[in-house]
Amino acid sequence: MKRRDFLKGVSAMTIGASALPFLKSLPAMGAPGGTLVTVMGSTINSLDIHRSGTNRPSYQVAVNCYDRLVTFGTKTLEDGSLSYDYDELQPELATEWEVSDDGRTLTFTLRENATFQDGAPVTAADVKWSFDRAVTLGGFPTAQMAAGSLEQPEQFEAVDARTFRIHLPHASKLTLPDLTTPIAIVINSELAKSHATEDDPWATEYLHRNTIGSGAFSVERWDSGQQLVYARNDDWACGPLPEAQQVILREVPSTSTRRALVERGDAQLSQDIPPKDASELTQGDQVEIVSTPIENCLHVLCTNLDFEPFQDRQVRQAIAWAVPYQAIFDNAAYGQGVPMWGGAEDEAIEPVWPQPFPYQENLERARELMAQSAYPDGFEVSLSFDLGQAAWAEPTALLIQESLAQIGIRTQIERIPGANWRTVALVEKSLPLHLENFGGWLNTPDYYFYWAYVHGNLFNSSNYDNPEMAQLVEDTLYIAQSDPAYVPNVQRMIELAIEDIPRIPLYQPSLNVAMQPSIDNYVYWYHRQLDLRPLTLGRAENE
Amino acid sequence: MRATTATQVPNTAAKTTAFGRFVRHLGYVMTENPVTALAFGLFLIFVIAAIFGPWLSPHDPLATLSARALQPPSWDHWFGTDQLGRDVFSRVIVATRLDLMIAVTAVAMAFVVGSALGAIAGYFGGWWDRITGRLVDTIMAFPLFVLAMGIVAAAGNTIDNIVYATAIINLPFYARMARAEVNIRRNSGFVQAARLSGNGDWRILAFQLFPNVLPPMMVQISLNLGWAILNAAGLSFIGLGVRPPTPEWGIMVAEGANFIVSGEWWLALFPGLALMLAVFTFNLLGDGLRDLVDPLRRT
Amino acid sequence: MMNTSGRTRMIAYRLLQAIPAIIGIVIVSFILTRALPGDPAAYFAGPAASSESIEQIRRTMGLDQPLPVQFLAYVKDLVTGDLGHSISTGQPVLTELGARLPASLELTGFALLFSMAVALPLGILAASRPNSWVDHLCRFVVTAGVSLPVFFTGLALVYLFYYLLGWAPSPMGRIDILYLSPPKITGFYVIDSLLAGDLETARAALAQLILPAITLGLFTLAPIARMTRAAMIQILEGEFVRTARAAGLSRRSMLYTYALRNAILPVITTLGMVFSFTLGANVLVEKVFAWPGIGSWAVEALVVSDYAAVQGFVLAMALLFVTINLVIDILYTLIDPRLGMES
Repeated sequence: MKRRDFLKGVSAMTIGASALPFLKSLPAMGAPGGTLVTVMGSTINSLDIHRSGTNRPSYQVAVNCYDRLVTFGTKTLEDGSLSYDYDELQPELATEWEVSDDGRTLTFTLRENATFQDGAPVTAADVKWSFDRAVTLGGFPTAQMAAGSLEQPEQFEAVDARTFRIHLPHASKLTLPDLTTPIAIVINSELAKSHATEDDPWATEYLHRNTIGSGAFSVERWDSGQQLVYARNDDWACGPLPEAQQVILREVPSTSTRRALVERGDAQLSQDIPPKDASELTQGDQVEIVSTPIENCLHVLCTNLDFEPFQDRQVRQAIAWAVPYQAIFDNAAYGQGVPMWGGAEDEAIEPVWPQPFPYQENLERARELMAQSAYPDGFEVSLSFDLGQAAWAEPTALLIQESLAQIGIRTQIERIPGANWRTVALVEKSLPLHLENFGGWLNTPDYYFYWAYVHGNLFNSSNYDNPEMAQLVEDTLYIAQSDPAYVPNVQRMIELAIEDIPRIPLYQPSLNVAMQPSIDNYVYWYHRQLDLRPLTLGRAENE
Repeated sequence: MRATTATQVPNTAAKTTAFGRFVRHLGYVMTENPVTALAFGLFLIFVIAAIFGPWLSPHDPLATLSARALQPPSWDHWFGTDQLGRDVFSRVIVATRLDLMIAVTAVAMAFVVGSALGAIAGYFGGWWDRITGRLVDTIMAFPLFVLAMGIVAAAGNTIDNIVYATAIINLPFYARMARAEVNIRRNSGFVQAARLSGNGDWRILAFQLFPNVLPPMMVQISLNLGWAILNAAGLSFIGLGVRPPTPEWGIMVAEGANFIVSGEWWLALFPGLALMLAVFTFNLLGDGLRDLVDPLRRT
Repeated sequence: MMNTSGRTRMIAYRLLQAIPAIIGIVIVSFILTRALPGDPAAYFAGPAASSESIEQIRRTMGLDQPLPVQFLAYVKDLVTGDLGHSISTGQPVLTELGARLPASLELTGFALLFSMAVALPLGILAASRPNSWVDHLCRFVVTAGVSLPVFFTGLALVYLFYYLLGWAPSPMGRIDILYLSPPKITGFYVIDSLLAGDLETARAALAQLILPAITLGLFTLAPIARMTRAAMIQILEGEFVRTARAAGLSRRSMLYTYALRNAILPVITTLGMVFSFTLGANVLVEKVFAWPGIGSWAVEALVVSDYAAVQGFVLAMALLFVTINLVIDILYTLIDPRLGMES
């Protein structure tokens, strides 16, 4: 959309609206045509998920404005809320798919009536172009595609207009789930190519500002740093038409303002609700809170093995016995999430992840272990966390600091700003003791272990290096969950993680969304983005 | 007018009476202006809190206890407790020392460096003057808070860097003031006289001219102290302040601010009040000092 | 005629004087941004990036070059009017500035308006009865205003007037969700919507402005009120006022006709300083009120080491200051007849 054309549109609308002053004074809830007003704390910095530098909150544009080949079904959780279902793949742009016997060829048949928002039909060539783009542009998209063993453009083949094929170097249970991620979206390649230049063959400049997908919404307006307005695509072919015709997403950095907005009904839905607000709002009935434990995600205390005292396993175990888990869960997580301590000590390990580790706060035992270690008198170490995570990390760090002081470990708290965090914690892996919150998108234990327990991999900020673990992960990562080796391998990984304890799980955090009671059908996704498509607005005429 | 104050070279015989005059004048300023009296009183309280804070606080300011988290003010906890069950009153008291330290150190550094640079520039002029002038202009052309933010972000958020950043952004005020005050007088009668009687440039600068700069500087220092505290608090608010668990007013307000909507107002209110009172005290004190040193210039 | 050419020369001289400061700013902002901790390339490569992709991004950002080369490239771009791309928001810095600067200026402008509307009368009141209880009260009030941390005031006002009382509109930026921003002419929403003849939108934009403007304005009461008071007292004690009083002029006409007109000069000079102060404080207020100004943008940029954005912000601010000081100088010469003559 050209800015000038857009402005013309705006002025026309302004005049139209000013003729109907009463419309303007209506509360947002009753706005005509099903407008949903949502707020969030972070900023959207691009409409193109493949562009380097696109931040996490921007992924929701890919979720809502583009389609993938396949998606996951929905399941109802114990508390009655909805979640995506990792065990049930469902069609999105592909109506059916076939896996060859050796698992190395996947053939997809595209939906017949699917069209892009400019009316062009979605073809296999578009899929190939989009996937080529994702594996070529580098950065996160390429890394995420690689997680599904999708690394080379040669792997993608447009057989005919409606048949698309993927060739894999080896069978992998992660490939199909990886195709549901917001990375594996299908872009209108003809339109994109018409905006490509020699310097910019993948039209990143154009896609940065325009959504050209076949998805349920398109971005009608994007005022950077302020708001994003989605408009419904009435020709969406891949699912039932969303109820909201227009969705306004406002960026409101202050958490207390966000809370006030949703409590007063000026916003119907708020993302990024801190645990404390979530636990309090649950008690009232003005606002409904959906709090879902984030799958495959843990808030952990990492002991970096490059730091000498932490090479002593007894020191690491001592710390694990000294952490005040319950106090952290009460004061940092406000009881939102799942405890990850106090598991049964001598029982066989279930192959589920995450699961409570057998540690709990026991200073006696911690002191004993410290006394047996090479550092009976303790030592001094800095305890770092990402400033952007301060909401939970700061109280957690303070509580840990206090407890560790009781077993002779003196800590100094370091708050590291966002830009620096990634470099020092994950790339250089130079922080001795730190709080970390990695969560894997693909929900299998081996995937988590791959990223967080294999030496050299990004989220192994503890520099944990155990050849047995590395071998186990390598053996397990691609094999099917039904493979006989799968369960024992995963059990052994968890056993090692508990024994060696390079990462001390504190609790499994929750994703909290606050909404007006009229809003229904919110579905939790592993990518933690708001999927606007299934939401129902419960407008007056429906009641 | 001010030139004459400088020429009043205190001799030992007149000292007692001069001191007596000062006390009488102080008494006069106090009674005449109740607000100033209030400010001096408050200042005394802050100094006491800063020196004896750790002994005055009824609880350990760092001790957490999750069982008593977020309790409203009560007899046991006058200002309530925070999200980790720490006593807010104790934290506010103990924080006084750090906040005053940051402000005093930063302003002292700005004063020493700034007035030296400015006085030299004003006396000798020439290249030195031009370079200092450009330096000061460059600093002043930044939005000062943003410059402080940048310095702390670049150098890392330690107390030292907060002090340096605050000192740097305060420096231009002193440099400019010292330059102007010295510049007007460098050829005045008493300087000429001193020069004729064989005093060197540096000696004249240090003993004849510089004392003249002090009275207006005192006022500036007092105002800047308040401003330095606010500055540190602002840095804390955007996450660039003192590191936890050290109690500091700005950080307490910033953290407490998130609890206002949920009704736990005491977390932000009390440190906010302490912060405000401290800044308030320094500002009023500045006025009082102005009355004291130079009644005619009072604004 | 002599006068105008003298003024032009003075303005030209003022402009020339600003050049070294601007060069200094370009250098300092460059050094400052490069000294920021962290590796923007690693940050923007995103989660799960490999070292090759980080390297690749570093190359596209030009960060693999030695610093002097980076600086030359920066200056070259600057001369051609290219301020680079803000990576954190994905927009060209120039576009960002164009969109956000008016927001900040509108807020600052209204804050100063509010502040003057309160501080000038207070200052005059205090000056008319120096050392009375009115004087002390005025001093107390304005000092209290400047002693409040702006983020604290802002949050308290939001809590009280929006959350509890519901009088103020939701603190969600420059205009309520239900209104569309007016067609851009000046970038100031209130003015633009008035120009478009849309009173409703103007009212809505104004409503959004009230709380942040008061928050910011409270902070600037003190310097304006003090300067007004000081200048008024000085003039009231001046010789010509004494003469006027002796000649039997009424207190009121003396206060307003003679004293105020003369006192306005130093007040205007103070305004320049206050403006600089206010723009700095903006950073915090914008954060509280989700105001899409350049302050909040700069804070974000600083935290993620977004070099281009920080540099652009600092440069824009510096140019703004130079302009404002220039405008004040011009105003000064226009108001003060003596100055024009002398030059």
